[in-house]
Formats: sequence, C-alpha cells, structure tokens
Amino acid sequence: MKYALLLYGNATDWASATPEQIQEGIARHGAYIEMLKGRGAYLEGEELGAPGEAVCLRRGEGEVLRTDGPFVETVEHLGGYYLIEAKDLDEAIELATACPEAIVEVRPVVEYSG
Amino acid sequence: MSAVEQAYREHWARLLAILTAELRDLDLAEESLQDAFTAAVSAWPPVPDNPPAWLLTSARRRAVSRLRHMAVAARKLPLLVVDEPQAGDDLLSLIFTCCHPALSMEARVALTLRCVGGLGTRQIARLFLVGEATMAARITRAKKKISQAGIPYRVPSGPELGARRDGVLAVLYLIFTEGYAAAEGEDLIRTEPAAQAIALARMLAALMPHDSEVSALLALMMLHHARRDARLDERGRIVTLTEQDRGRWHREEIAEALGLLRPGPPGLYQVQAAIAAEHASAIEPQDTDWTAIAQLYELLEALTGSAVVRLNRAVAVAEAQGPGDGLELLAGLEERLPRHHLLPATRAELLRRLGRLEEAVEEYGKALALVGTAPEREFLQSRRATLRP
Repeated sequence: MKYALLLYGNATDWASATPEQIQEGIARHGAYIEMLKGRGAYLEGEELGAPGEAVCLRRGEGEVLRTDGPFVETVEHLGGYYLIEAKDLDEAIELATACPEAIVEVRPVVEYSG
Repeated sequence: MSAVEQAYREHWARLLAILTAELRDLDLAEESLQDAFTAAVSAWPPVPDNPPAWLLTSARRRAVSRLRHMAVAARKLPLLVVDEPQAGDDLLSLIFTCCHPALSMEARVALTLRCVGGLGTRQIARLFLVGEATMAARITRAKKKISQAGIPYRVPSGPELGARRDGVLAVLYLIFTEGYAAAEGEDLIRTEPAAQAIALARMLAALMPHDSEVSALLALMMLHHARRDARLDERGRIVTLTEQDRGRWHREEIAEALGLLRPGPPGLYQVQAAIAAEHASAIEPQDTDWTAIAQLYELLEALTGSAVVRLNRAVAVAEAQGPGDGLELLAGLEERLPRHHLLPATRAELLRRLGRLEEAVEEYGKALALVGTAPEREFLQSRRATLRP
C-alpha cells in the first residue's frame, strides 16, 4: 500500500534556522531517504516553500477568491511530504518513526482501480 | 439454549477469525457468517454432526454469492493485509486487529465486543449507554479504517508483542470497569460489561497460556467480580470492603481466580491481582495483611507513577501503620487529582480516625461537591452525619 507521510513543523523556526542547522536538516533527510530506498519504500518526497509563499484559492459562486497564505493559519504548518510504499500500516508507522521531523502524519493513499 | 445459540456462543469468534483470514475482508466475513447463523435458525434441526463446519461452509457460500452480486465499486477497497497464515493464530489475529492502536479506544472496545465477543450492535450500545445508531456508525467507521489504512491482520511478534498485548489488556479492562463502577447515574454496578470482559479475557488466556499478565488480568477481574453481590446493600448503598458481608462473596470464583495466579515478571495486572488476592483471601476484615498490601501498592506506584495508586497506597499504609502515616502520603495530591472525590473522602476518613473531626467534616464537604453517583453521595452523607453531635 502507498502511504503519505505529511511533515509538520513550526514555520518561524524554519525561517530562523542558521545555515548549520539547515545543513544538518538536509543531511538527516538525506540519510532518511537512503534508508527508505534501502528498504524499497521510497517513492518520492519534497520540501514545501514557507506558508507565507502560499496562495489559497477558494471557489465561490462564479468567482475564485484568492488569498495570500496557507489554507489554515496555525503554528504548525505542512512543510513537506514523503510518499512511501509499505506492506501495511504497522510498517508505515515503523518507517515514519525514523523520520527526522517532530510531527509526522501517516495517511493511506487511496488507490482507484481501472 | 437452542443449538444455534450454543453454536453462536462457542464458535462465533473463531469462525469469524478464519473467514476474515480467507476473505481478507472483515465486513464481508461478518455479514456472511451472520447469514450462515440466520440460515441455521431455519435449517436446524436436524443439527448437523459438525455444526461449526456446517456454518463455515454456509458462510463461504454466502460470501461467494455476496461478492458476485456486489456492484463493482469505482474505489477499490484494499484487502486486509494478512500475514502467512499460522495454524491456530486466526483468533489472536482478530483480537489484535480489533485492538490496534491506530483505532480510537472507543472503536477498539466496540469492535472487540462485536467481532470477538459476538455481541449485537444494540447490546454494545446498551453496555456503553449510547444510541444504537451512534454505535453502528462507530463500528462501521472502525471496520472501514482497518481496510483503508491497511491495519494488518496478524499477531505482532518480537519486541512489539509486549506493547500490543498491553493494548489488548487495556481494552478488556476498560470494558470491565465500564460496568463495575459507573461514573454517573443511579446504578453503581452493572454486571453485564464485567461478565463480557471476563469471557473475553478467558478466551485470551486460553490463546496465550504462558503470558502471566493475561492470566493476571483474568484473575484480577474475577476477584473484583466475585464481590459484586456484597458491594451494595439492599437499598443500593455502597458498602466498604471492610463492612461487606463476606458470606456474599462468590467463594468458588475467588478460588478459581487464585488458581490462575502464577509467578511472573511484576507487571501492572500481576501486582493489582496480588493486591486483590490479599483482600479476597482474608476470611474476616481483621485477617487482612495490610503490610503486604501496602508493599504491593508501593511497587505498583513505582510501576505506574499514578496518583490514584498513591491514594490507595495511603489507605493501605493507614491500615498497616496508622492514619497519621496514611495522611502524610496524601500530602500534595490535590494538584494531581483536582476533581477526584476519593481524595477528600479518604482524607476525611483518616482525619476522623485521628479525632480531628472539624477538619474531617470539611473534607467530607469537598468530597460531596465532587461525587458523581447517587449511592456514593449517600454514603458520604451518612459518614459525615456520624460526626455531627
């Protein structure tokens, strides 16, 4: 089964990270991706731009409302994701546990037949 | 009991477990098995030579026809992830799947009673005092989540097993306590949830005979349950352990429970069962070995770090060493148990024994402000009344 690992974190912390901290984060995710690949679990993964860079579109009656910023204003923001392949939820949770982020949401991906 | 009822009671869970492994679809397995039992109601007697085999064949046939008639859904529901089948593990797989930590506690309880206990939705709703539609929706959601989130149908192994086993035991104990002491309302004890929990624990203990925590949980629940007829007087008022008519304890159940206890690593239920065993073994209240009980509570507090356990330990220490020592152990517990009526109630009782009556009356007042059930309120009021001149 396919699972999405949705990574949440504090956007203010990301913005104020030092170059060393950023390098560290990249190295940790690099190692994590290698681990996923070694297990044959890695499908894809991306880091997302800061919430302040987001534009949100809402379809109203006949018009599209456009607002700056993310869909929900919270302290913790969606900052990136991985798409992985796992045998079952237990394996997906095990792989998500090794992910170097504070909050990881494990969501099964819906697959349509035909 | 009719032959169908008897077969239902004896074979429901195991047949459902086998069918679920075969069909890899809990919902389909459950509906097909239900159909098979319905068919048995009109087809029996004559009762077949091998009722479970008859039911399994009939359920398989129903499943095939259900699958044929099912409209092809656009959205593919993933099949259950079933590990290589291991003989005899089907029922355990069913139990571990129903109690998977990815499900909410409410869902785990409902599914376990439905799939393993074989209870109907209405019956489960009644046990938990919620509407039937609410309970039906809860069970449907849980089954959907199992298939859509890929919750595996298997018995966990290795280091995972211990934690997952604790999860199963927590579900069973929650079912038990739901009936044992209702949090609110007029009825203090409803024996049905407790009996269901004991039946489930019996099943689990038979499947995991070498696990001392499983048999300890079964023993613990049986020891508590054996006192059910003595916990309330004829007017429905609560009777404390020391004042209970021990002639109304079910001695044969106590004897069976004590026989289940065996040495093992000191786990949560092992220690609680040992405490319950000390109480149940005392022929008269004065025979109670409070020193042993106080030591067991100290061990339990070290295991759990729980403030409620500390409260119980204080009661035991008060009995073993005197009310002053007990009172000392209660110091500062308010912060950790701000809404718990048993804390001021216990303090009131210890103050009463120390002759500090004015303080005792004040504590009874605090307890009365927090208490939920009518019998407990009445009990506290009667206690306070004895202090008034």
